[in-house]
Amino acid sequence: MSSAESHEVHHDGEHESMSKKRIWQVAGILTLITCVEFIIALAIIPSHPNLLKFANPVYIVLTLLKAFYIVAYFMHLKFEKMGLILSLVIPIIFIIGLILVLTNESHHWVDLRPAF
Amino acid sequence: MSTTVSQIDEVKTSPWSGGRSPFNVEYGKIMMWFFLLSDAFTFSSLLIAYGALRFSADVWPAADKVFQSVPGLIDHGAPLVFVGLMTFILILSSVTMVLAVEAGHRNAKKEVLGWMIATVIGGFMFLGCQALEWGHLHHEGFWWGSVPPAEELKHLFTGGKEAVQHMTSQEFANLFFTITGFHGFHVFTGVIINIIITVNVLKGTYEKRGSYLMVEKVGLYWHFVDLVWVFVFTFFYLV
Repeated sequence: MSSAESHEVHHDGEHESMSKKRIWQVAGILTLITCVEFIIALAIIPSHPNLLKFANPVYIVLTLLKAFYIVAYFMHLKFEKMGLILSLVIPIIFIIGLILVLTNESHHWVDLRPAF
Repeated sequence: MSTTVSQIDEVKTSPWSGGRSPFNVEYGKIMMWFFLLSDAFTFSSLLIAYGALRFSADVWPAADKVFQSVPGLIDHGAPLVFVGLMTFILILSSVTMVLAVEAGHRNAKKEVLGWMIATVIGGFMFLGCQALEWGHLHHEGFWWGSVPPAEELKHLFTGGKEAVQHMTSQEFANLFFTITGFHGFHVFTGVIINIIITVNVLKGTYEKRGSYLMVEKVGLYWHFVDLVWVFVFTFFYLV
């Protein structure tokens, strides 16, 4: 990190969006979130099995947070025009729709499974 | 002659009055975005199908029991260590890609070249790790349409009848190889595209063109591959 910062002196602020410092900050956040996920999976859950039901929602929230950082900063979407952001984010409704439909449907598949 | 222009003759300059991209994004880049959106639908469909099958199953093989080895080093007792390494490699290669884009903004050819080569190396490392992971699982007996014998499957589950264990293990194997395979194929094409771009950078194509926009476009694709892995990692290895 320190080497990146020393390079940055020559051209900071030239790009309003992603300076080298910012890039390494986001990389650090992504690594940190991944580490938290590992700590939950390998240290907290094995010693406290009663917390298992909270683990999955936490994983999903952390995953969405990582996805936000990748799309917003690495893919630069946060700094694009609002029209482009909306035209890419609104279609995600279709994915949410499919999740709702198929999770609901899967509760009925339980009864369709062969009884051994 | 009056110099005032009547309102109707005034040239409109709002983003949507035509003559330029209202999103202020170059054509190829916007098309890359919409391709990635369609690709996101494909991956979501696969992952949601996986979720639906898993929801409807009474028992499912536990990921931290299936993925226990670091190929070539530790055969057993290291849950999720290897996939952690793979995740870290992919995040890091995404970082080198943004650094290449950042260098491109400054038209620093040498820096772009260096970061692109680092990205390609990261891609190859990830593919190598995935090949080892696949080889290990295949060696254990998992593949499309085949699972290990019942007595070897037992320790992956906390309950359930043998026949049910066999069925859900098979579903797990099919989904795992299909989804990580589809993602691995994306990584592979990404590496190929990155190599082509790296060669072009080396030849000075973008230096002559005066812009490294092409690096940004393949960068979008490469970050998307990383983005998908974040989801695959959560839903196959953690949940």
